[in-house]
Amino acid sequence: MTTSASSQPKPGGIRAFFLERPERRYINAYLGGALLGLVLFTSFFLTGNGLGASGGLNRIIVYFEDLIVPEHVDRVAYLLKMAGGTLNPLDDWIVPMIFGTLVGGFVAGWWNGRLKAVTNKGPQISVRMRWAMAFIGGGIMGYGARMARGCTSGQALSGGAVLSVGSWAFMFAVFAGAYALAYFVRKLWN
Amino acid sequence: MPFPLPLETLIGKPLMYLVFALIGFGFGFVLEISGFGNSKKLAAQFYFKDMTVLKVMFTAIIVAMVAIFTMVGLGILDFNQVWVNPTYLWPGIVGGLIMGVGFVIGGFCPGTSLVAASTFKIDGVFFVLGGLFGIFMFGETEQYFETWWNSSYYGRLTIMDWLNLQTGVVVLGVVLMALFMFWAGEQLERKFGADNQAPAPKARYVGAGVLVAAAVGVLLIGQPTTESKWVRVAPAKELALANREVQIHPGELLKIVGDDALRVVMLDVRPESEYNLFHIHGAQSIQPDKLASIIPELHAKQALNTVFVLISNDEGAATDAWKVLTAESVPNAYILEGGINNWIATFGGEEVAMRPTPTPAPSGSDTLQYVFASALGDRYSAANPSPHEWELEYTPKVKLQMKRDKSGGGCG
Repeated sequence: MTTSASSQPKPGGIRAFFLERPERRYINAYLGGALLGLVLFTSFFLTGNGLGASGGLNRIIVYFEDLIVPEHVDRVAYLLKMAGGTLNPLDDWIVPMIFGTLVGGFVAGWWNGRLKAVTNKGPQISVRMRWAMAFIGGGIMGYGARMARGCTSGQALSGGAVLSVGSWAFMFAVFAGAYALAYFVRKLWN
Repeated sequence: MPFPLPLETLIGKPLMYLVFALIGFGFGFVLEISGFGNSKKLAAQFYFKDMTVLKVMFTAIIVAMVAIFTMVGLGILDFNQVWVNPTYLWPGIVGGLIMGVGFVIGGFCPGTSLVAASTFKIDGVFFVLGGLFGIFMFGETEQYFETWWNSSYYGRLTIMDWLNLQTGVVVLGVVLMALFMFWAGEQLERKFGADNQAPAPKARYVGAGVLVAAAVGVLLIGQPTTESKWVRVAPAKELALANREVQIHPGELLKIVGDDALRVVMLDVRPESEYNLFHIHGAQSIQPDKLASIIPELHAKQALNTVFVLISNDEGAATDAWKVLTAESVPNAYILEGGINNWIATFGGEEVAMRPTPTPAPSGSDTLQYVFASALGDRYSAANPSPHEWELEYTPKVKLQMKRDKSGGGCG
């Protein structure tokens, strides 16, 4: 890239193509929900499986664990199920699904002018604080998601649509946990 | 019942994974355009300012639910082959509470954080990294509370099974509950939300009407019965019965029971009195009229290496039971050839405690052809022969068929 291009992006340059599209509004929540419902239905109808995210991240983690400490994986039953012996933890439908999710999010963000390196946070906290909270919250979320055998997508959405009792109990627990704590962390967001 | 498709056998693994990637693409795309890449928008849900999370989630659930059960009701989609998250009640509730805490602190859930990261939101990237760390920590600590983590297991339990309600009633009830929550959510947004909200489109009333109408439709068409499911698969399956492809020799049953790589579930459908007189070691008694009620359990248990064997005195009742299991798409179901009578004829030897009945009933009448001195159940040596002592000639028929890899499900 030449210096002139980086200081003064040409119209139609690669930077402008990705990052300088006009930003559009988010679509109406009910419309978004209906479209999400159709994606979820398509998944069940064609494959018999719902959507998922945390299970795919889990398999990626286990893949690296198996590369680095295979003998450890072979001793822990929970890991063994995914990566024991010749099993490849990435050989599962959930893995292509999360890569699709990343690409889908990227394309939608690009098309609508929302590819922006920003940190979304409440006005009262610093950027670093927000990063720390995002990491901590992510850690808690990841732990809870595995304990519940699924995240908002794999349990609440998918199990909710096929009327699983456990998934509905889980969903109300997520909202209960979040609302119970919301008041005490209001400074993070308001 | 063609759907869901057996994608792996139909198009092979690479293309199957492409289908999942495309579904994932749609998932990520829709999450992004709904605003789920923005943590502020997500967190606003918990301060009643912006109920987008509630609206998107519950709209998605009711749209998918109504579409799924319409297709099931029309006999196009086989609900037995749809993955229903098994219920582990307390781990689910505690995990859910923990996730709620993580949600309000971190501002995302795992799926939305992927979308945030893919659109360069830096807090999204940190959340994904934290999420990976949390998942890693779970894998490392699960062994300390494994028993609890596998407790309060109810298997494939749906709301209609739990409340013993018709599917259509539950579907309609969930739609009405969601509509009420949307109404309440909009009231809260009016009270707590920003003033510059986009006006909600009138079209949402049309959508609500369509969903209620479709839910009433699900109620009216009802769900397919076992009989109607059998009618659909009968042509092919009657042929398998007539060609004796699913009746396995006692010798083969003995062999697969002894095979550590297989899980054999033997279902003895004879009257309980006969089961008490004599049954094969490991067989469980189930009355034919109770069979339909254990189907969800069989589907929940079903690992890829599970073989179901149905047993009656001859083959009559076992064949009827086999039809129920097959109609309900329980894979790998077989019938014991010649039933208990043939089993005893094969393994009974000279045991004095049981003798053939003096006046044998005509063959095919499915009655017990032996009399027993006492009801020893499976304590006869013929009930538990050693697989190593018997070398029998038979045509092996058990072929494990795997419909779809359901292990793990969405996030398990």
